[in-house]
Amino acid sequence: MALDLQAVTKRVGQITYIKPTSLMLEPGRFNVLLGETGSGKSSLIKLMAGLDRVASGRIVMDGQDVTGMSPQKRNISLVHQFFVNYPQMTVFDNIASPLRVAGMARSEIQGRVEAAADVLQLRPMLKRRPHELSGGQQQRTALARAIAKESTAVFLDEPLANLDYKLREELRDQLPELFAGRGAVVVYATSEPAEALMLGGWTALMSDGQVTQFGPTAEIYRNPNTLTSAKVFSDPPINSAAVVKQGTTARLAGGAEWTLTGKAADLADGSYTVAIRPNYVSPLRLAEGHVAMTGKVLVTELSGSESSAHFAMGDGAWVSLAAGVHPYRVGEDHAFFMDPNRCFYFAPDGALVA
Amino acid sequence: MRKVNHRGWFFVLPVLILVAFNALVPMMTVVNYSVQETFGDNVFFWQGLDWFQQILRSDRFHAALGRQFLFTGMILAIEVPLGVIIALAMPRQGFWVPVCLVTMALPMLIPWNVVGAMWNIFTLPDIGLLGYFLNHTLGINYDMTQDPVAAWATIIVMDVWHWTSLVVLLCYAGLVSIPDAYYQAAKIDGASNWSVFRYIQLPKMKQVLTIAVLLRFMDSFNIYTEPFVLTGGGPGNSTTLLSIDLVKIALGQFDLGPAAAMSLIYFAITLLVSWLFYTLMTRNDIR
Repeated sequence: MALDLQAVTKRVGQITYIKPTSLMLEPGRFNVLLGETGSGKSSLIKLMAGLDRVASGRIVMDGQDVTGMSPQKRNISLVHQFFVNYPQMTVFDNIASPLRVAGMARSEIQGRVEAAADVLQLRPMLKRRPHELSGGQQQRTALARAIAKESTAVFLDEPLANLDYKLREELRDQLPELFAGRGAVVVYATSEPAEALMLGGWTALMSDGQVTQFGPTAEIYRNPNTLTSAKVFSDPPINSAAVVKQGTTARLAGGAEWTLTGKAADLADGSYTVAIRPNYVSPLRLAEGHVAMTGKVLVTELSGSESSAHFAMGDGAWVSLAAGVHPYRVGEDHAFFMDPNRCFYFAPDGALVA
Repeated sequence: MRKVNHRGWFFVLPVLILVAFNALVPMMTVVNYSVQETFGDNVFFWQGLDWFQQILRSDRFHAALGRQFLFTGMILAIEVPLGVIIALAMPRQGFWVPVCLVTMALPMLIPWNVVGAMWNIFTLPDIGLLGYFLNHTLGINYDMTQDPVAAWATIIVMDVWHWTSLVVLLCYAGLVSIPDAYYQAAKIDGASNWSVFRYIQLPKMKQVLTIAVLLRFMDSFNIYTEPFVLTGGGPGNSTTLLSIDLVKIALGQFDLGPAAAMSLIYFAITLLVSWLFYTLMTRNDIR
């Protein structure tokens, strides 16, 4: 039941929305499409769903070429960011609508709708109309429709974006479990790195109409293949700066320097880009060997359990994210310490080298 | 002790004055005439509800009211579905959108009496483009100054030409506000065009359509200028609609009392039908 994208592209006139993209999405997995707004997540989903035609490439579903096939024949479901339900129909009819179009027997429709409603706790709402439901219930109705349909592939295009914080958390926890064991290819698009990490499964990073990296979520979080991938999968944004390697010494433009070990020490001398996640830049010296740097604090944010500080060093902007509350003074210099073992090194072309 | 801000009244005053002069004072004048008889010289005699009884019992009023409902019914039956169909057929994006919108809006920009005069000349049997074509090219005997059916057909076609655009534009505004996501969902479900119309477009158009029907009802029910210029209520009384009859009574016969009573009845009918329709259409709405 796999969904296989083979070098698909999407162009409208002169504008390229999707550059050649290949992805092999296995059934039963929770696949996350992670990328900023405008990176092509929705465009790719529309191609997979058959709502848009590919400019080139092939889409193979379950061993069958579906490239030119209409969305109706692909047996898929799509849940949108907006709550899309038929306004005049009850929740029951909304969930049943694709089954009715497919000409299913009345008794079977009844069973499937009720089963889906039970999973999504919609039993008491079956007779209501969408406008009588809360946003969360409306979106659960849309999800129930996808489940009742027993689609081969389910596409969730930022389905939680319009829900408030509490509902979003609640539904997000349920989602992977909801589709587990149904044997469908599930694709979930989001612009939030934290959401991808919480959902687990596999993640495809998207940037500028391209999938830059695809693999088990935790694995690609730990090992970004390019600077672009590292940037996509980091919130707050990953720190990156030009670094010059000479012998076993790395030196930043801001003056900080440290001794390279392991793979990084074996690199040829020259210029690289170093990147480090904000949580490995701390206002405290957490261990011997952490690299001291001084920066002018620009902005600070406090969340209670964590403090973040944006600071300027050399001609770059850096972010530190540390547990606890720290007494920053905006506009003044402050010492920060970074863990050199957590640094990624990228070649000038953006590829990870160490 | 509560402090009352009396200066607040000054902010309401302009509206009060405006409403008073715009609606209340003329309305009360009409009420005044409707219950009294006058022979000029500003002398009035109390008549009670006599004029109302006279109007409500008069065959002439019943006939005009019947013609009015027939006219309005035909207008709504033609313009509303036609407007919806045209709105559905209009492009949603691209070069042709402004072209269609401007073309649609054009008839509505023409003054009512000009529309009447235009169609009058247009349909004259010997010199009008349409009249000549029908009579001399197609050989159909068409003369709206002689034949009641032709007269009716002409005022109906004229109104459809003049006002269908209003329904089109309102429905079009409703249609373009439907997010693409709904059409995508329907496409994935494999819903037919009819289902898309019935379950997505129509419910989403309901509010603008309600407004469109209300506006067209009120306008066509109160129509005066166009048929007055086109047929003058004739031939005979065949196209004497309520407002034309009202003007005949008030200004032709100078029966101010009956005319005032008829105005109030006319107003009450318009109000009642509009209220009924709006209440029925919105009774299931939450918002």
